[in-house]
Amino acid sequence: MTTSGLRARVAADSTTTGGGSRSRARLGADIALAVIGLCFVAPLLWLLLAAVDPQAGYQTKVPSTPSIANFRAVLTPELLFRPLANSFLLSAGTAVVNLLVAVLAAYPLSRYQSRFNKPFMYTVLFGTSLPVTAIMVPVYGLFVHLQLLDSMAATVFFMATTTLPMAIWMTKNFMDSVPLELEEAAWMDGASAMAALRTIVLPLMKQGLGVVFIFVFIQAWGNFFVPFILLLSPAKQPAAVSIFSFFGQHGAIAYGQLAAFSILYSVPVLVLYALVSRGMGNSFALSGAMKG
Amino acid sequence: MTIRRVLRLLPVVPSILLLLLFLLAPVVWSFYASFTDAALSGKAARDPQWVGADNYARMFSDDLFPLAAWLTVVFVAASAVIGQNILGLLIALLMTRSRKAVASLVGTAVVAAWVLPEIVAAFAAYAYFNRDGTLNQMLGVMGAQGPDWLYSWPLVAIILANTWRGTAFSMLVYKAALADVPRDISEAALMDGARGWQRLAFITLPLIRSSIATNLMLITLQTLAVFTLIWVMTAGGPANASTTLPVLAYQEAFKFGDIGYGTAVASVLILLGMVFGAVYVRLLREQRP
Repeated sequence: MTTSGLRARVAADSTTTGGGSRSRARLGADIALAVIGLCFVAPLLWLLLAAVDPQAGYQTKVPSTPSIANFRAVLTPELLFRPLANSFLLSAGTAVVNLLVAVLAAYPLSRYQSRFNKPFMYTVLFGTSLPVTAIMVPVYGLFVHLQLLDSMAATVFFMATTTLPMAIWMTKNFMDSVPLELEEAAWMDGASAMAALRTIVLPLMKQGLGVVFIFVFIQAWGNFFVPFILLLSPAKQPAAVSIFSFFGQHGAIAYGQLAAFSILYSVPVLVLYALVSRGMGNSFALSGAMKG
Repeated sequence: MTIRRVLRLLPVVPSILLLLLFLLAPVVWSFYASFTDAALSGKAARDPQWVGADNYARMFSDDLFPLAAWLTVVFVAASAVIGQNILGLLIALLMTRSRKAVASLVGTAVVAAWVLPEIVAAFAAYAYFNRDGTLNQMLGVMGAQGPDWLYSWPLVAIILANTWRGTAFSMLVYKAALADVPRDISEAALMDGARGWQRLAFITLPLIRSSIATNLMLITLQTLAVFTLIWVMTAGGPANASTTLPVLAYQEAFKFGDIGYGTAVASVLILLGMVFGAVYVRLLREQRP
């Protein structure tokens, strides 16, 4: 049987007998998905309701007197703005270092044939699988030894290194998709490799660079363990760590404010993620990360 | 000519330096320190002594390490290999069948748990599984009396929480993989009278097997490293009932100040990660010769 014949039969099938069972199957899938979706939303309900409830506890309930008092209470330099600024410095710094180093590394790997390329790329890939939480004990030791503890710059470089393998891998894949011919014309005109990279290759992979930047930024923004171990003074701590200021000394927890703060702290990454996934389809960033 | 070739690789140097200083050095130092009595403070902090394999010997005479290793295996198997993997595949399969609006709405809900900062997700999960939390309230509405999850069922609570947190990754991987499965093939099977589960078992799954293998490796590695979620929800307790290896390494090194023993536990984790990482690299190499 030919494929076209098959197609015709499938089409005929779905208009006659198959139609009913198909729409029933679709309804079943819709319902099953909706149930799963509700289960995934349920743990977030408390966050949303407690944020607008000045008397919030750990119980999920519709606030009797909903207000924005919690948000107003956390909108202070001490509680919100300084931690967010620190988060931004750490994340943006991490993303910038990643992008710079990854672009530099990716260029020769993508442009020149060398016996060094393959082993390097596989070593990098291997590096992506190192459990970062496991190396925090030795990293703490290293930072004490080099007297880098409580240094934001050093923390930025460490965080950048933990995401660097993934960033190099993604950047090289994006760069591979920029055709070589354009650059060769520039080389003919006497442009250096670095000039060709800057004026021709990078502008053509702007989207890919954006994906890498946002990918790294989101990871750094949400990172709790690394700044928790490496940054000690409250003035330098990002939102992920300063969130513990809502835990009072005698077990009293400002639940409502904790929830409001959590929401304000989460919004930037939710927006960034929506930006990436909307622009290029959900699987785009992933395929850049996973496929060779 | 050779000099030019070497010079061309110069831009790779910054990345190599960073990887050597911040990834390789800690790994090497971890293995080294695990053979000493290094401590957070006191005499052993200033002048750590070589103690040979004492820390490793202690691991196996101690009750805590075997327990933590076992809990880690259960945690990874239940929350990643079974929970995230199968639920992610199920959601992706349902999405190919459902209305587009429903699929995108549910997709957003699943991804939200994954994109949230880990500390926020951890607090949300803590509140959810609390004695008076949302889960028990929902059970209460249905007339059931829920247990104090974090106290009586800590392992179950962190497994469910990690499934909730990480399923999005598997879902996205499988969504992309299923989109590559040619329609003709599954339709031809449909014509041959293959039932839904037969199509799945004999056609769809074999077609996406490389995605399944890659996904399993990656989520195993990610779950092996989970710390924040557990630390916020149960802190490894009560009575170490949810102490996985990362939590144990943290406790020994920072709470009890025993860097030597802490790095020994960390070294075991690093070795585990290396084994999985090597398998993962091999898998990808086979996929693209």
